[in-house]
Amino acid sequence: MTADREPRALLERVFREEAGRLTASLVRLLGDFDLAEELIAEAVVEALEHWPRDGAPERPASWLLTTARRKGLDRIRREAVYRKKLELIAALPTQPPREGDDRLQLIFTCCHPVLAREAQVALTLRAVAGLTTEEIARAFVVDRDTLAKRIVRAKHKIVSSGVPYRVPAPDELGSRLDEVLTVIYLVFNEGYVATAGEAPIRRELARDAEWLASLLARLLPNEPEPLGLLALIRLHLARWPARLDAGRRFVLLQHQDRSLWDRHAIGEAVALIERAARFRRPGRYQVEAMIAALHCEAPTWEATDWAQILALYTLLTEIDTSPVVALSRAIARRYAEGPAAALADVEALSDHLQGYHLFHATRAALLRDLDQQAEAARADAAALALTRNSGERALLEERLANTRWALHDQA
Amino acid sequence: MKYMLLITQGEWYANGSPEDRDRAMEKVVEWWGKQFGSGKMVGGHQLQSPDTATTVVIERGKHTILDRPLMEAKEAIGGFGILDVADLEEALAIVKTMPQPDGRVEVRPILDRDR
Repeated sequence: MTADREPRALLERVFREEAGRLTASLVRLLGDFDLAEELIAEAVVEALEHWPRDGAPERPASWLLTTARRKGLDRIRREAVYRKKLELIAALPTQPPREGDDRLQLIFTCCHPVLAREAQVALTLRAVAGLTTEEIARAFVVDRDTLAKRIVRAKHKIVSSGVPYRVPAPDELGSRLDEVLTVIYLVFNEGYVATAGEAPIRRELARDAEWLASLLARLLPNEPEPLGLLALIRLHLARWPARLDAGRRFVLLQHQDRSLWDRHAIGEAVALIERAARFRRPGRYQVEAMIAALHCEAPTWEATDWAQILALYTLLTEIDTSPVVALSRAIARRYAEGPAAALADVEALSDHLQGYHLFHATRAALLRDLDQQAEAARADAAALALTRNSGERALLEERLANTRWALHDQA
Repeated sequence: MKYMLLITQGEWYANGSPEDRDRAMEKVVEWWGKQFGSGKMVGGHQLQSPDTATTVVIERGKHTILDRPLMEAKEAIGGFGILDVADLEEALAIVKTMPQPDGRVEVRPILDRDR
């Protein structure tokens, strides 16, 4: 017992780092998601009671595992049907595993493509990041019961339909990793961009995503894309203080007070991009992080290196052929080569993006640049009408997850 | 001729009380045992609940994975069987002895490429 440690702060840190890790190894050892999670959750609850009163233990992770083990044994003893699990729990080690880290298996399982996106998101936050069902429901402004059902169903499906608990083989790692990165970036965007819900909660959600991205980067040290995503998230976060005005309205990138940006954080994120670039395997998150870095390093909006940003967007459209990325590229072109060229690009997307409010908003802005006021007003009206149509918006929101940066900040 | 039996889950199984379901299930299990014993049922299984299903949609050669069953919940497939009998009449006669309280059974001849 040590008096100088802050039990609550320590518990928070330990829970972050160790609970997910312990859960992951218990899932492997027990083959039972619910049981593993519940045991760790119960151990954490017990820690919340004991540590502030008695002081934090010397080795918090061992304490949690021992407690989880005891909880498991207590419970299983009451339920004879779980005889097999009793043996498994009794055979659990008393020391947390030092060698491996099962969290990678856990992440890939939670983000398995047979689960719907919303189930992947909920399960990852629950099982990997250790958020409570309550917290996730609040952050996503979803009814608690709905969210609980979503999680239960996802776990049920994993167990009964035979989703393997493992890190994907090298030949499928790429596509499976994309899935994980998308989930993390969606969580981040939900915290960073979405306007629903209370601000402090959403900031935490953005931080949770940052933590998940850094965990992934640590667990996959030979993959550049997690580093790219981490850099991208940190570049967004570096601008956090400048993005809302006194009235809590969003401030466009163009009008942000750049002295409020966290220069130190920007420098660190750029170092991450450079680390990723050494792998010589560019990917969408690396490219987006580079675009974000160019914005963050520019002393003013006018002095931004638009030619370079346009070149990066061109590269991005080769990686991702979605029309939303092409729209972002057109916006970059506006600043690199002028509104007429950009408008031609935007018009070419009209078949794909008719139902998308930012398509019309972008068009309106470009028409206004070219002094076509009447046509601009019509485009504005179309944008406004669609903004209220939340159904279509939700559909595009996901496709947009990776390019929102450009649109929200530049459009 | 072989026939595929596609059997919907039925209200009794999806939403019945546990007691009623267990009682009906007992008869169902007995029926299947008898069919397998006669040699006419040459294959078949009960399936896990529809919420464990994954559907792969193929459009223009592109595969998309969906986290749901092929059919609406009401029509969800609960199991299948393969009958090897003389003709459709024999197949239908057997299906008519199925003991479950409700549901649907599609009886579909299996295409025999050797014929």
